[in-house]
Amino acid sequence: MIDDIRTGLRRSAGLAGSTFVLGLTFGALARAHGWGLGAPVVASLAIFSGSAQFALLTVLAGGGAAWTAVASAALINLRFFPMALSAGPALRGGRTRRAVEAQTVVDGSWVLAHQGEGRFNRGVLFGSALAQWPAWVTGTILGVVLAPSSRLLNATGLDVVFPAFFALLLFDEVRRARSARIAAAGAAIITAALLLALPAGPALLAGAAAALLGLRHTKTEHS
Amino acid sequence: MTTIWTCVALTALTSFAIKATGPVILGSRPLPSRARGVIALLAPALLAGLVISDILGPHWSSANAPLALGVLTAAAGRTTGLPTPACITAAVIVTAVARAVL
Repeated sequence: MIDDIRTGLRRSAGLAGSTFVLGLTFGALARAHGWGLGAPVVASLAIFSGSAQFALLTVLAGGGAAWTAVASAALINLRFFPMALSAGPALRGGRTRRAVEAQTVVDGSWVLAHQGEGRFNRGVLFGSALAQWPAWVTGTILGVVLAPSSRLLNATGLDVVFPAFFALLLFDEVRRARSARIAAAGAAIITAALLLALPAGPALLAGAAAALLGLRHTKTEHS
Repeated sequence: MTTIWTCVALTALTSFAIKATGPVILGSRPLPSRARGVIALLAPALLAGLVISDILGPHWSSANAPLALGVLTAAAGRTTGLPTPACITAAVIVTAVARAVL
């Protein structure tokens, strides 16, 4: 178990770096939009979801109602339902402990802990979350305190860190099987099309349904 | 400010519930094999969606060539066997240079 946690920590080093930068961006933007010093940090500590926190910030900054902001963040985070459900058999203990352990499911930890065929490594899941959570919170604190401009972050190219890291994880996934390539291509097309009309959360969820396209080809690969 | 704190608290509670519900209901029972098959393909599908979403933004509002170039650089680095930190560093440099030039 300790070795698995170490593996998760080691494999998440790159992701923790990008998480730190994104946290810094979130802290800086939240401060610029009048969130003060405490709310951004508490948000990063308790929510621990960049996409949901950015959705919350964007909707509130755009003058949206509180319920719209919370609903947008919830829609974006809905993808964690099937992800946590799938990691469920790897978790341990009673209901309360499982509920707490499930909080380690984030995009990066879920992908890194996936061992293939829907099985997950609990230690890698924890190790990856252990690397990312402090990076996310520390980045937010620095962002709130230093408040660098988003123009500076863009000029240094640091906004590419997150999509680049996801692209690398994707590259490793699609090398495994044709069905994965089909699912990824389908998701990319669906998400891109839906982003024209929908917020990121629903577009991502609908895009993830492309996994069903790949499933048909999984049968072909096995037959 | 009260609105912000309320939104943060509600989002934190919602996120906790979204992640906790599945494992609490399922317990230690394994998923059916068909469900495992779908979930195995959720990873590439979700990652592809996240990459596209990060590059394009809502309503394609943040679509920009330098970011796409940076992501392609990272992927190209992987095909040549570069480790993750090197791929990410190359992506950052290419994005910054492309922004300065384009």
